[in-house]
Amino acid sequence: MALIVAPEPPFDAWLVALDQQMQRSAGFFAGRPVVVNLAALAETEDDDPAAVLEALDARDLRIIGVEGADTALLRGTRWANTLAIAPAREGRADRAVDIPEPQAEAPSPAPKPEAPPRAALLIDRAVRSGQSIVFEEGDVTVIGPVASGAEIIAGGSIHIYGTLRGRAIAGLLGRPDARIFCRKLAAELLAIDGLYRTADHWGDGLHGKAVQIWLDDKTLRLAALD
Amino acid sequence: MAKVLVVTSGKGGVGKTTSSAALGAALAQTGQNVVVVDFDVGLRNLDLIMGAERRVVFDLVNVVQGDAKLAQALIRDKRVETLSLLPASQTRDKDALTPEGVERVIDELRAKFDWIVCDSPAGIERGATLAMRHADMAVVVTNPEVSSVRDSDRIIGLLDSKTAKAEAGEKVEKHLLLTRYDAMRAARGEMLKVEDVLEILAIPLLGIIPDSEEVLRASNVGCPVTLHNPISAPARAYADAARRLMGEIIEVVTPIERKGLMSRLFGRKVA
Repeated sequence: MALIVAPEPPFDAWLVALDQQMQRSAGFFAGRPVVVNLAALAETEDDDPAAVLEALDARDLRIIGVEGADTALLRGTRWANTLAIAPAREGRADRAVDIPEPQAEAPSPAPKPEAPPRAALLIDRAVRSGQSIVFEEGDVTVIGPVASGAEIIAGGSIHIYGTLRGRAIAGLLGRPDARIFCRKLAAELLAIDGLYRTADHWGDGLHGKAVQIWLDDKTLRLAALD
Repeated sequence: MAKVLVVTSGKGGVGKTTSSAALGAALAQTGQNVVVVDFDVGLRNLDLIMGAERRVVFDLVNVVQGDAKLAQALIRDKRVETLSLLPASQTRDKDALTPEGVERVIDELRAKFDWIVCDSPAGIERGATLAMRHADMAVVVTNPEVSSVRDSDRIIGLLDSKTAKAEAGEKVEKHLLLTRYDAMRAARGEMLKVEDVLEILAIPLLGIIPDSEEVLRASNVGCPVTLHNPISAPARAYADAARRLMGEIIEVVTPIERKGLMSRLFGRKVA
């Protein structure tokens, strides 16, 4: 829905009123498309339409169109290509929108006690071969083994209290600070923030140990936890 | 109450059919009414292993599709009278089985038998999922080698998610049957150890069946090993496994190789 702004003569006084209005309801126009109706100003011909548009533009109004003005007057200005909307027809405008007055005394409605978004997923069973646990919102904790051919994919970190034999893919949506922890490392593939390594790369030195995996400046690092 | 037992593995050639026949026969020998159902439509083998291939007229597909009555398709074993076979069709494929038809047949079998042993085909597709669909218990047949163990793990995941029991929020009782266990190779470290398999699969051990020519010999004459040579090591292992299925508590003994001098000297590899 576009807002129609219709300045009235005298423009300077109207502009002062608009400024006051905007001060009280900050953000009312934020991001909303605005169509400027110059019909009222055009009657007096006191104000240059381009200057009016400049003044509104200076107040961060997103002007997408002009109506009720002779577009010839805008020729040669930067507004020449602004969408010219045909003069308002009868019944076109649905209703005048009042800029809401802030209601200082009315207490703002108490925010609903909404459940906070889940930040972690707990799996308290074995993750079997062929199973895929995907949790983009945050951390995944597994109490049990993750089998060869199974995969855990998490937006955050991955904690495995058991043997990791399959794949662990952490920090899925660009989170290089995510880590992977497992009680016994026998993984096939590890990845954080898109950077992955297969078991070939880290050799047998950490096999069967409790290990944490993190990203250190685009390098996947593995270290024994104890 | 009738128990539906699926014998499954994911991987082919690990001994599902042999185990289905041997366990079914061992259960029947204790006086229980047992039917062994071949779900491997298109590649039926159970009739051969049980020596009933010349007696097959109607099969599971005929019954599922309503072309034959259950009683017409059931074949009673000639050696153990409480043992029956419901053969698969060799000319059709797994698509001939419908979920509704299978459910109806299983329900009918529940009314007639104490144990319904479903011999699952290999794989994780329609045939295998329909075989496990109505199971109360599962015997997961695994060889002590990595590919078989991983496939079994996959099957256990399916037993926990795709069966009627799992969908109702209940659990299918799962048991591990380790087959083709070669004590000599295990001692040399050429096979996964029993502990390793148990650690990976994390389900209770039903039994360890030693790799034996006795199994092959029994298959070739079309007789479950538990009937063919009841005192052989694999037959005793299957018989014990069957008694464990019935709730008896018998300790599982890992077969050990009687060592000669040479293997005593060279049997153990340095870890």
